[in-house]
Amino acid sequence: MHRFANPARFLRFARVLTPLLTVAGLLTTAIGLWIGLFASPPDYQQGDSVRIMYVHVPAAWLASGGYLGVAIASAVALVWRHPLAAVAARAIAPVGALFTAICLVTGSLWGRPTWGTYWVWDARLTSMLVLLFLYLGYLALANAEDERGGEAGRGSAILALVGVVNLPIIKFSVEWWHTLHQGPSITLTKSAIAPSMLLPLMISLAGFTLVFGGVVLMRMRAALARTRATARSLRLAEAYA
Amino acid sequence: MTHAAFIYGSYALTVAGLVGTVAWSFAAMRRAEASTRDRRR
Repeated sequence: MHRFANPARFLRFARVLTPLLTVAGLLTTAIGLWIGLFASPPDYQQGDSVRIMYVHVPAAWLASGGYLGVAIASAVALVWRHPLAAVAARAIAPVGALFTAICLVTGSLWGRPTWGTYWVWDARLTSMLVLLFLYLGYLALANAEDERGGEAGRGSAILALVGVVNLPIIKFSVEWWHTLHQGPSITLTKSAIAPSMLLPLMISLAGFTLVFGGVVLMRMRAALARTRATARSLRLAEAYA
Repeated sequence: MTHAAFIYGSYALTVAGLVGTVAWSFAAMRRAEASTRDRRR
């Protein structure tokens, strides 16, 4: 892993991976959503509204996974002071926030025909809303730190680490409180979903994950390019001073 | 209640979000990398 922690080596690696991940991700997502919309069966209880699962569930998993990524990158940046880890954390956060927003909105659109309401203060829904606020707080703090140019993102990294406590709350909320949101249909060892529905779900998840990775690499490349441009401008200014 | 509006609405929002963030991030990356190349000259 440390081999890729060098920005120049990382950039060589990222230039190859960015188009691959993005194009493969968009194609896989298109296939998954097409199967989800037109080729998968309706649910015996929920009818056609179960098709919202193929966008809602992958978005929810990536929202939580993205936050875990922000926290791990923040921990690496705090402990080893590696600038690439701080860049990674800042690149993941807006994409994770987008997936959290997609999860909340599609969940709300699923809730109306299924539960008869767009929103309830259910434990799972509320903890996902808290996750969105954590992402927004992290982004606001990281932007403020970048503008001030002070200590390299220590406050935002600590906020990211503190916010990790919300991830097990999201995961176990449906078991601890038994509110309106259904329990887990898939665990690491078993699935309660029919194979005809599991296939488009897994294809969508793979597509969303690849797009997520591609976008994070694009944002990291942009951040590194901006840093290099600023450093070059400063060197020129010093040379002419 | 017809479910079609909720289903198509969810898919449209998701696709718009994904395509939008890919386009926005790609444009930002190209702009930043072009700016670095310009300053090198």
